[in-house]
Amino acid sequence: MRRLADILLPLAVAALVLGAWEGAVTHWQVPVYVLPGPSAIARAFADNFSSLMDALASTLGVTLEAFLAATVLGITTAIAFSQSRLLERTLYPYAVILQVTPVVAIAPLILIWVGFEHINLALVIIAAIVAFFPILAGATLGLKSADFNLIDLARLYGASRTQILWRIRLPTALPYLLSGMKTAGGLALIGAVVAEFVAGSGTASGLAWRIVESGNRLEIATLFAALALLAMTGVLIFAALSLLEWWLLRRWHESALSRP
Amino acid sequence: MIALQGVAKRFANGTEALRDLSFQVADGEFVSLLGPSGCGKSTALRLAAGLLEPDAGHVAYPQGKPQIGFVFQEPTLMPWTDALANARLPLDLKHVPRNEAEDRAAGALARVGLKGFERAYPRELSGGMKMRVSLARALAAEPKLLLLDEPFAALDEITRNALGNDLLRLWREDGLTVLFVTHSVSESSYLSQRVLVMTPRPGRVAKDIILPLGRDNRLSPQTIEAQRMISDALNTAMAA
Repeated sequence: MRRLADILLPLAVAALVLGAWEGAVTHWQVPVYVLPGPSAIARAFADNFSSLMDALASTLGVTLEAFLAATVLGITTAIAFSQSRLLERTLYPYAVILQVTPVVAIAPLILIWVGFEHINLALVIIAAIVAFFPILAGATLGLKSADFNLIDLARLYGASRTQILWRIRLPTALPYLLSGMKTAGGLALIGAVVAEFVAGSGTASGLAWRIVESGNRLEIATLFAALALLAMTGVLIFAALSLLEWWLLRRWHESALSRP
Repeated sequence: MIALQGVAKRFANGTEALRDLSFQVADGEFVSLLGPSGCGKSTALRLAAGLLEPDAGHVAYPQGKPQIGFVFQEPTLMPWTDALANARLPLDLKHVPRNEAEDRAAGALARVGLKGFERAYPRELSGGMKMRVSLARALAAEPKLLLLDEPFAALDEITRNALGNDLLRLWREDGLTVLFVTHSVSESSYLSQRVLVMTPRPGRVAKDIILPLGRDNRLSPQTIEAQRMISDALNTAMAA
């Protein structure tokens, strides 16, 4: 019953808002280049379907590659930090600097260094920089959160550092890591969009570029269609990662348990 | 089995936990280490296990370092896996083949009364059952020396008594040597053969009491007499 309401109530709100939107646009005869109604947006979506899907594929590709790269790099760096306090103390400040510097400000440099002939690689690098930090932070905290007594116990049975890492530290870190990955998934998409914006005309071919282009041509309905696709992609990434989190933690972690 | 000689330990924050702590535990003995909270009992146990190094003095194992089983005050289980995998941990760390490890861990669980709970996750078990998994994990490695750090302190009295009886049975069946840290006079009076009463911090042994025989249950006159002996020694140690 509650699950049904969870689905129906937001849908009802959507129908209400879209209806009111359409009604208002028709009633006041708002020009389509200022605010198109939902029906006009749907038409623009249908008309540009294949080109929008190409753009989505491009942005999604960059996002996923960046997310994957950030995950692998974040986990490896966190593991290195957990094995050496010295390394962590030396390098963590730089990770923070990378995090707090706005990516829009670094993006032109990266585009120049990587070169516009490798535009995709440049976009992936920019998006990965944005997604990297939450994964590093989550994994680092998680690896440190292991029960000291459990580690002592393992040492009592002659466990090596590798065994302690694999059998105790990494499983302990999993919930923290997944939480970081959920944040990073959304950030990778934002990073991909920002990178496309900076890359500008003629090179990028993703959804962000379609938004810029549609805006320049005053094709506001197409702009809305691309925007809606972006939002849905973001929701989908979040949902997929939430599902992964639930599936991995369902047997044991408080966050994934349903109470009777 | 184990001998501590003139052991001292000071922590990084300057707290002097132990000073001139000496005692021995013979093969097959059940010895309680009893004292007020903060007297360094747990530190002494960690020194005995080799998890800490003493600042002065020696921890010696005259017949070589035995296989040690350790049980903490908290169950200290891995929440992400089931009871069997938890009990199997020491064997996995020692690269015992998977099948043999499973059999031995399952056997250890059965011995602590958890047959049928092999696939249960810690969160599905009660506090007493979690402690039993912890005990099974210690037994799975077939230890000669079992070190217990107030293992029953967080449990209710009924569970505590049941686990105490199980511990006595395991000690007799396996010919274990047990060093049992506690702050409970009644627990030590019933379970152990010898009680080492410790002074407040910095801890050392104030009195080494050999308890009378015939303590067949928790209320037998001999047990009550043992409690009186331990309480007297504890009061003297606290006053000194």
